[in-house]
Amino acid sequence: MQIWNPMFESMEREELRKVQSERLVSTVNRVYHNVPYYRGLMQAKGLLPGDIKTMDDLKKLPFSRKQDLRDNYPFGLFATPMSEIVRIHASSGTTGKQTVVGYTRRDIDTWSEVMSRTLTAAEIGRHSFLQIAYGYGLFTGGLGIHYGAEKVGASVIPISGGNTKAQLQVMQDFGTTNLACTPSYALYLAEEIEERKIDIASLKLKTGIFGAEPWSENMRKEIEERLNIKAIDIYGLSEIIGPGVGYECMHRTGLHIPEDHFIPEIIDPITGDVLEEGSEGELVFTTITKEGLPLIRYRTHDISKLSYSKCECGRTSARMTKVTGRTDDMLIIRGVNVFPSQIESVLLEAGDTAPHYQLVVDRVGNLDVLEILVEMSPDIFSDEVKKLEVIEDTITKEIQSTLGISAKVRLVEPKTIERSEGKAKRVIDKRKF
Amino acid sequence: MLVKQISIFIENKAGRIADATSCMADAGIDLRAMSVADTSGFGVLRVIVDEPDEAIRALKECGFTVNTTDVIAILVPDKPGSLSEVLAVIKEHHMDIEYMYAFMSKFEKQAVVILKIDNVFEASKVLTDNNILLLEADMLYKI
Repeated sequence: MQIWNPMFESMEREELRKVQSERLVSTVNRVYHNVPYYRGLMQAKGLLPGDIKTMDDLKKLPFSRKQDLRDNYPFGLFATPMSEIVRIHASSGTTGKQTVVGYTRRDIDTWSEVMSRTLTAAEIGRHSFLQIAYGYGLFTGGLGIHYGAEKVGASVIPISGGNTKAQLQVMQDFGTTNLACTPSYALYLAEEIEERKIDIASLKLKTGIFGAEPWSENMRKEIEERLNIKAIDIYGLSEIIGPGVGYECMHRTGLHIPEDHFIPEIIDPITGDVLEEGSEGELVFTTITKEGLPLIRYRTHDISKLSYSKCECGRTSARMTKVTGRTDDMLIIRGVNVFPSQIESVLLEAGDTAPHYQLVVDRVGNLDVLEILVEMSPDIFSDEVKKLEVIEDTITKEIQSTLGISAKVRLVEPKTIERSEGKAKRVIDKRKF
Repeated sequence: MLVKQISIFIENKAGRIADATSCMADAGIDLRAMSVADTSGFGVLRVIVDEPDEAIRALKECGFTVNTTDVIAILVPDKPGSLSEVLAVIKEHHMDIEYMYAFMSKFEKQAVVILKIDNVFEASKVLTDNNILLLEADMLYKI
């Protein structure tokens, strides 16, 4: 089993900590002087860049949040002049206030580097045919993996998401050995392969790297059995860099974090206190090499655990467990981030007042389905069925165009949506992760 | 002259129409006419009752979403072709029927047809001018 960058991936932890300290100090200096917003946050805590001398001082720094990115939309948190920015991505599926991220040329190199580590850990290299079925575009999935895949010398098939028929054709004709997509799409492909009676033995698939949405060990087993491959979990978020923030090796005992670029912490989501190794809590990252959009103690809202023991593969980097949930109400539906508040604003436009609604997310035949129950109210009710159907259609289309996901809207009778302590229960997630 | 029709939102669940009718029955409401329009997910139950205001109050209390619509009730002779004649008049005057339903009445040899037409006032005038018999709301409520 190969390691792309043994110097950093297998560095003695003491030495790694020195590297991290140096890079942290330089990052803090940079954001303090170049990003007025960060300077404000630090000043509010009475912190000067000189107060941060080593990794031990990390916990003194203020947290940053998705809201900070939105408040400074689009480029307010960038730490370099726009002339240095060579690429802009934006988070998938958010209305109006997207979270926008920018990369300098060096950031793109960093991204390719961490993706090269990811791919190498999944044994994808110069003899591989990698079919990238993540979306290419503002979403970081497609292009992020792409650059890393070219760097490790794989034969990259940038087919992007969707068009299942073409995916299967390419898979057979080009001899795809590795697949990159969301786990639910992998299962969907498996179903289509069975449906079309394609002989799985005739395919050359060996490994797949799957991420961008939560998935369970059971789902992993199912993907592996039905596609006859090894399924590897990858983790990332656009704010930190995109894919490449966490990756499993073939031992699959947690996701390795490239700590010479991103420092992970686990905190108590309520108190903000840093928790000790092995505790479950909210994952927080500090980028220490990024130039375009450095983030200090960025709260991911993802729930995980960290371990610092050396992996059998030889890597010494911290490992995070598979993400088991969220600390906020964000849902990931078919890889798209969805906040109930976004659905609420769509519903507000359909009537004069905000109706009671409930989102029911389920996984049917391995694809996420979203059903939106909307309580009927006098201001949208009509004696004509046609007009009521128009309401359902309008909401469906509006959700499709603003969030990019398809939802089934169902009008229900008033007071039928379960309320707890007077507040309607907004989300029912029936999926098992 | 116009008839007040009550529409009730009914989710497609077993027993919901019965719930609505028993809610009205408990309030001593007498049904005059009814029809159901449905889709796969929900339906709209439309009724005409003897005491519309009382029925609305009762239904709201039972938690139903209701609204009222002015509809036209006409009397049509119970013989072949008479409904076609009425519809021909409506067509001739380029009026659109949103929906309609009919029932036999206690008036001898006459059926009652309920029409939902966009501009009810103009429609009433056209129908009267063409010698079509409109049924007063009070008469319908008290059948």
